[in-house]
Amino acid sequence: MSTVALSTDDQGGSLLRLWRNKESRSVIIQIITIAILFAFLAFIVNNAATNLEKIGKGYSFDFLDEAANYDISQRPIEYDSQSSHWRAMFVGILNTLMVAVFGIVLATILGFFMGVIRLSPNWIASRIVYCVIEFVRNVPVLLHILLIHGIVVNVLPHPKNAINIADTFFLSNRGFYIPDPVVGDLFFLTIIAFFTGIAGAVYYSKRAKKLQDATGQQSPVLYASLGLILGLPIIVFLVTGMPLEWVAATQGTFNLKGGLPLRPEFMSLWLALSIYTACFIAEIVRAGIQAVNYGQTEASYALGLPRGRTMNLVIIPQALRVIIPPLNSQYLNLTKNSSLAIAVGYMDIVGTIGGVSLNQTGREMECMTIVLVLYLSMSLIISSIMNWYNKRIKLVER
Amino acid sequence: MTINTDTALETGKFAPGTHPSLPPPPGTSGPARWMKDNLFSSVSNTILTIVSVYVIYLVISKAGAWLFWDAVVNADSREGCRAVGTGACWAIVVANFNKSIYGFYPEAERWRLNLDFILLFVALGPILFDKFPARKNMLWFSVAYPFLSIWLILGGWGLEPVDTALFGGVMLTLIIGVTGISFSLPLGILLALGRYSNLPVMRMVCTMFIEFIRGVPLIALLFVASTMLNYFLPPGVEFDLLLRVLIMVTLFSAAYLAEVIRGGLQSLPKGQFEAADAMGLKYWQAMRLIVLPQALKVSIPGIVNTFIGLYKDTTLVLIIGLLDVLGIMKSTLANPAWNGLAEEAYLYTAVFFFISCFAMSRYSLYLENKLHTGHKR
Repeated sequence: MSTVALSTDDQGGSLLRLWRNKESRSVIIQIITIAILFAFLAFIVNNAATNLEKIGKGYSFDFLDEAANYDISQRPIEYDSQSSHWRAMFVGILNTLMVAVFGIVLATILGFFMGVIRLSPNWIASRIVYCVIEFVRNVPVLLHILLIHGIVVNVLPHPKNAINIADTFFLSNRGFYIPDPVVGDLFFLTIIAFFTGIAGAVYYSKRAKKLQDATGQQSPVLYASLGLILGLPIIVFLVTGMPLEWVAATQGTFNLKGGLPLRPEFMSLWLALSIYTACFIAEIVRAGIQAVNYGQTEASYALGLPRGRTMNLVIIPQALRVIIPPLNSQYLNLTKNSSLAIAVGYMDIVGTIGGVSLNQTGREMECMTIVLVLYLSMSLIISSIMNWYNKRIKLVER
Repeated sequence: MTINTDTALETGKFAPGTHPSLPPPPGTSGPARWMKDNLFSSVSNTILTIVSVYVIYLVISKAGAWLFWDAVVNADSREGCRAVGTGACWAIVVANFNKSIYGFYPEAERWRLNLDFILLFVALGPILFDKFPARKNMLWFSVAYPFLSIWLILGGWGLEPVDTALFGGVMLTLIIGVTGISFSLPLGILLALGRYSNLPVMRMVCTMFIEFIRGVPLIALLFVASTMLNYFLPPGVEFDLLLRVLIMVTLFSAAYLAEVIRGGLQSLPKGQFEAADAMGLKYWQAMRLIVLPQALKVSIPGIVNTFIGLYKDTTLVLIIGLLDVLGIMKSTLANPAWNGLAEEAYLYTAVFFFISCFAMSRYSLYLENKLHTGHKR
């Protein structure tokens, strides 16, 4: 038999023999893949080079230093139309981060709240939340953004008759005006105290855990941490003479003056992203809590733990393991969806460097490269933070 | 031997096992008990019930009045609506209904879209439901449908050719959605297999592609498609914008699908792969006959979710200037006659998307139940 097999192999030639061997075949396939990939890359890079040369454009990032010549209404840092594209991009990054961070916070709070109500024994409340979740989830987020923007602009009053909430908050179709914090000279001490407090709390809880592991003695970690993180900065704040003032907006004849305006674009984007993502988070939370076997609750009651501790020490830690990975991807989705800002004219990364700057300078290649790199690194950072957290709470199997 | 129950009830004597069932004790069943258990079981629960009922009352009285009772259907502009009633001005939807469905497609040729739409369901039926009459033969129609559909929509060969720039509305949404869905599934499967394969180079290439696509927002990719893609083509070659968008949408959802399917692949016990090898199956045979049927079954909910996501993401094309159904309604708001009716225009679009996406998610539930061949716990 073997001689027959050998003879057919010889007839096929050496190439065919290589192809019939599993190991050598996998090497050949990989070499071919690499060759095709590089040929493709060379092809498009060559095309791009010839095309750019033909219309006389190079590939350089010098344009970033030129004046941007456009205005941005929501700007967390100093910016005017004479600032460079570089600075416009920075404003865009900050705006994206701002809406992402605020959105993640609000979406998490709303989502956990809705998820818990969805599980509540109350039939009506759980049905209401179910209907809301199903409706919101099945409608595109861009539609939510446009709808909320439409409501903010069309339904809210003109600044002249803005809705006045205790002379501190003003709600109008030009934005939501909150008091503007004016920072005094010594305020940095409070910030230092805040971070010292966090470091102290971390140290204290580590020591408490070590103590409990060694002797079984429990320490009041929650109160001590609260005292360190909140109490210490408040004391420093009071001692340094309260170097922070809140300047509320005042009603002028035509417009609101002062204060910190949250523009309608920001508000609609923020609310729409938060509500949309919250509905997904609510379902994740519900699934996570339901995934914990009811026997765990019963066992915990049997051990004599009260309801609250059962929830905190038994159910939630196990539910979190199921919740965290999908929650992570929802946070990423929210961050990426914030790029829809361009539909309502909120100047985020895509709005500034990928939008107006691109149109003004005509440098599509450079601008789009920057946009892609920025979003990629943002996604990588968020997912690595969440992975780190995920690893921390993962089940330690012996 | 039967005992007369009536006489037994009267005398109060029953033979063993013949006593008729008695009604449950009062207060342990019926609507009153249900309400006590589900709505008023504790103080906090009672408060929640009252708040919820109040919310429902508010929604029905306020939103109901605005949506239906005070709404205006027939008017020629916003002012016309306001003159008649205080509620929603549905006239904007009535006046732009055809445009929101067909976009700018020539009116004389719209029968082609209607026909195509009906044929879409004829083609989908045998794929979606296995009890479809004459399924085997009808599947051949499903295979031919894409070509038939391209011919009907684009024209040529005896039909009036229509430029893609005239596409819009629901029709464009469906074109992008259906094309994206049907092309991204095979591509996603290939990417998932590549990422899960034993060949390091294959794995690396697929992983890099998937992570790159998943790391950037779709809108950035669409901008790449609309501004940058032409630079990468040989000089003189130009792609239609719609085609470029279709490619990007397909690649985008293929990367997400690949991750979903990889989850399914990872959930398979290693023994399945080894058993396939032991049977002497070649790679593609093993994948086709043993691995993929199981992996795909596990990942159905995720796959349908990705499809729903893709379908919703088709709205993003309005940002690069293609007018899908949302884009059409948004553009009608720029018309002075309908200026300021954003709520009505967008709610109409929202209802359209809700119906189609909800139907998809229900179908996914049906499929999950149908394919559930394991032990149900």
